[in-house]
Amino acid sequence: MAMSEPPPYGEGADVLERVRTMMQWTPQGRALGLEVTRIDNAKVWGRAPYKSELVGDPETGVIAGGVITSFLDQLCGMAAVLAMREPAIVATIDLRIDYMRPAEPGRDIFAEAHCYKIGRNVAFVRAIAYEDAPENAIAHAASAFMVNPNAVRQFGANLGGKSAVEKKT
Amino acid sequence: MSNLHDRLAAALARIPYARFLGVRAESMGDELTLILPYSEHLVGNPLLPALHGGVVGALMELTAITQLAITNKSEKFPKTIDIGVEFLRSGRPVETYARARVVKIGRRIANVQAEAWQSRRGEPIAALHGHFLLDEEEG
Repeated sequence: MAMSEPPPYGEGADVLERVRTMMQWTPQGRALGLEVTRIDNAKVWGRAPYKSELVGDPETGVIAGGVITSFLDQLCGMAAVLAMREPAIVATIDLRIDYMRPAEPGRDIFAEAHCYKIGRNVAFVRAIAYEDAPENAIAHAASAFMVNPNAVRQFGANLGGKSAVEKKT
Repeated sequence: MSNLHDRLAAALARIPYARFLGVRAESMGDELTLILPYSEHLVGNPLLPALHGGVVGALMELTAITQLAITNKSEKFPKTIDIGVEFLRSGRPVETYARARVVKIGRRIANVQAEAWQSRRGEPIAALHGHFLLDEEEG
């Protein structure tokens, strides 16, 4: 796979492997079975496998909208991270999803996300979800991410505020 | 009315994805609350740890379509046209609640807003607004 320029996210042949690992880092991504399939600069492609436990409409077998929300949110976040010079955590500010049509029952969903603008504080990302081709889209997403939102927050910050952190130290 | 509530709560429980999340419904009068107990598989950032934004969005979308079905006295869940999710605070690893308000029901399309919160109702962790396609009458 020829790339026009080296991706900003690190160097070397194992970049895709590291990005894949990053996708697996979130428990929700693992639970949904989300995968990164390809990267190219600030673009990322991914797959959300069809699973019967993720169906949103038992009559038709169509996958739940929430799965697409999680998938596109995470893939957009990956694209934002890929657009950075140094990897950092991002947090979603907002996410808009337009549903063109229901996903086809029984089929994996693919998506591509592109971070088309990144600043010091905010990254803007668009994504498209489909089965076969982006021209026949299931959904379009537009999102904004805060760059490095946890720079001043400690690990475990959500485990009960200052007291929990103080107790540990 | 309460029968419709029960039927919709049962319909919600039959949705595999709602079971995957672990969502359950409670209603008071015509107002519905969806409750999402904390579970490890819902986490997006394991360092903080924080709930996955998509999960919080999904909770509010489920709340919106169920509340809309109640308000519209429909047995069927409406289809989502578009949603906008705003993330206000990171979701802590505790129980999360969501309620929705039907802003406008037209003949085919409804506008719904929803909010998700944790220990403090006045400090929502996320908000959603969306448009939903109503189940059209046959013929």
